[in-house]
Amino acid sequence: MSPLDPRKFTRLENFGHSLAAPSFVYRPVETGEIDEIFRAARRDGFTVTLRGGGRSYNDAALNGGGVVLDLGGLSRILDWDPAAGRVRVEPGVTLQQLWQKVLPDGWWPPVVSGTMYTTLGGCLGMNIHGKNNFVAGTIGEHVREFTALLPTGATVTCTPRKNGDLFRAMIGGMGMLGVFISITLQMKPMHSGLLAVSAYPVRNLEEQLCALSAGAPQHAYIVGWLDATARGRGLGRGQIHAADYLPEGTDPECQRTMQVAYQTLPATMFGIFPKSLIHHFMKPFMNNPGTWGVNTTKYLLSLRRGRYRQSHASFHFLLDYVPDWELAYGPGGLVQYQSFLPLATAADAWRALLDLSHRRGLPSYLGVTKRHRPDEFLLSHGVDGFSLALDFKVTSGNRPRLARILQEFDEIVLQAGGRFYFAKNSETNPQSARRFLGQDAIARFMALKKRCDPQHVLESDLYRRVFLG
Amino acid sequence: MLSKTQADKFPRPTPLTPRRRGIIVGASSGIGAALAKRLACEGYTLALLARRQDLLETVCGEINREAGERRAAAYVHDVTDFGSVPGLLQRILADLGGLDLLIYNSGISLPTGLKRYDFEKDLATTRVNYLGALAWLSPVAALFQGQGAGQLVGISSVAGDRGRVGNPSYNASKAALTCYLEALRNRLSRFGVSVLTVKPGFVATDMLAGAKRTFLVATPEKVAADICKAIRRRRQILYTPSVWGWLMLIVRNIPSIIFRRMTF
Repeated sequence: MSPLDPRKFTRLENFGHSLAAPSFVYRPVETGEIDEIFRAARRDGFTVTLRGGGRSYNDAALNGGGVVLDLGGLSRILDWDPAAGRVRVEPGVTLQQLWQKVLPDGWWPPVVSGTMYTTLGGCLGMNIHGKNNFVAGTIGEHVREFTALLPTGATVTCTPRKNGDLFRAMIGGMGMLGVFISITLQMKPMHSGLLAVSAYPVRNLEEQLCALSAGAPQHAYIVGWLDATARGRGLGRGQIHAADYLPEGTDPECQRTMQVAYQTLPATMFGIFPKSLIHHFMKPFMNNPGTWGVNTTKYLLSLRRGRYRQSHASFHFLLDYVPDWELAYGPGGLVQYQSFLPLATAADAWRALLDLSHRRGLPSYLGVTKRHRPDEFLLSHGVDGFSLALDFKVTSGNRPRLARILQEFDEIVLQAGGRFYFAKNSETNPQSARRFLGQDAIARFMALKKRCDPQHVLESDLYRRVFLG
Repeated sequence: MLSKTQADKFPRPTPLTPRRRGIIVGASSGIGAALAKRLACEGYTLALLARRQDLLETVCGEINREAGERRAAAYVHDVTDFGSVPGLLQRILADLGGLDLLIYNSGISLPTGLKRYDFEKDLATTRVNYLGALAWLSPVAALFQGQGAGQLVGISSVAGDRGRVGNPSYNASKAALTCYLEALRNRLSRFGVSVLTVKPGFVATDMLAGAKRTFLVATPEKVAADICKAIRRRRQILYTPSVWGWLMLIVRNIPSIIFRRMTF
């Protein structure tokens, strides 16, 4: 295999279309091919990055000028036990494939991301969380076992007990220690394809965080929308969506609601308007006054409280509701800035962040809040607190200002004892990474890296940025 | 074994600090060195190639000092060592993190005098001016076609517009390069790749030292400035300084019956 096959040279982008990196992209369909590429990499000295659904907002699945393994071709569900709710999958299986397989049998993935097009390999590599992080933890906590192929060519099987150190480092290890080749997950039993959702408004940041704190213990899922364009007394206002599973017997139509056809997101809006066109109509609003108008309207509409039942797919996969929504941000794309803060410091730190963004004329166009808990994984973003994700539009004119403000954000967040998530922020530098992860965690990770990948075969642009920079 | 990126690395782009990346083949002096300085000022990160390591390191040092970060790195390379190109290209791609621009600037002129013939000189000229260009342009063209973007720049010459009595193989090598670049342009424009043919007149570089009967001599800096502008505007053909465009229009149209009697 020659890595410099120009037919494999392809331009890859991040999810936000704000960063492109050309790479030699290989799409293996069986594990043997990965082994072959690792062998060539050890021999010829090129680097390899793993890519799943390509849904990271940053450079996690990019390797400019190097080799990228698109694992989407390894997408077989190897084993499904509907009695025990255990599933064994290949790394390229998407959350979409997974829920569509397990829901008709009365199960649902215990943790899902905001889009169903992520792969399980990617979900484990980043140790994703969902709107139930405060109770269910990250996806890694539901992994019973995985087998990984290391860049040395060795295969290793890990469970929380067996090879526990590697288990807790490879999950959340950004794909820098090896490739998951089979993953065993425990699903969660369901009695309906619907969730009982309640929606209510919050008038400011304090209310927003109080609502998340108070609501979390009572609900299965909770998530906040934050109007990041509001300032003054309304700073941090928004809407909370809390959801609960339906107890057995409360959904008379459960056989029907648990079918895939029932869950599938509609392709049209109001029954006639194709959703694939929506992002074009969003474009004119993607500026400061436009998003102020949209956010304000959304807030006013949210003042009416609601209680309703909603399918799992439409509650969880909001990012899939408008196809290609990220294209609405225009040619510069977007960056997401997500920070995780402890209960005590979150309100002050985020008030400072939002104030600063308004003073600089760089408001975020979308804010999302969640409630979290710490976890035991080595490279962890978990805190006993909250997260706030802010989307920023990137233009050729605002890049330097945006870069500066995000550095200032980092300082505020780190001062407040916060953490970051490696699938999101694109500008975190090595100094910031050291401050929130701690020297000890990084040293332990590097020791494992040396053990699993002594020749540094696996390197992504993200890894170079935060660990080698 | 290729150098891994832990050491001696270029800064990688992020969404908020995008970077364009280029290779300049023949960058130790003259037009190549002037181009390197100018493109680095515009924010490019550059792989600079030439045979003479000391000169190359000096150019890199100057650029990196001025920029306050690593924007240029030296790769010692002899363009007639065709076999080493794929390996070196792969290493540079990994070091730069991608590629947006390739400039082939290497060129030699070995005049034989009006009445002498020298195949050794002809061969050397062809190897550097034309075959070396193919060795670089061809694999990079394939990559650019794959990624659907990129710019190829060949430093040809006004000398390629006509075959003259003084230096046939130089004329022919530049004519071949010009024609090859045109063919690449026709192949690649449909893939979003642009190809620029640069035709400088007399430029005050090492090549001109000892040359007789020169006129309208331009500095390498002036030529580099023109080329950078043409790169920004994604132009196809550039005569630099621009007066050569008019001059060559006349020269191209001198009938053979007159041209073959001239000693220019």
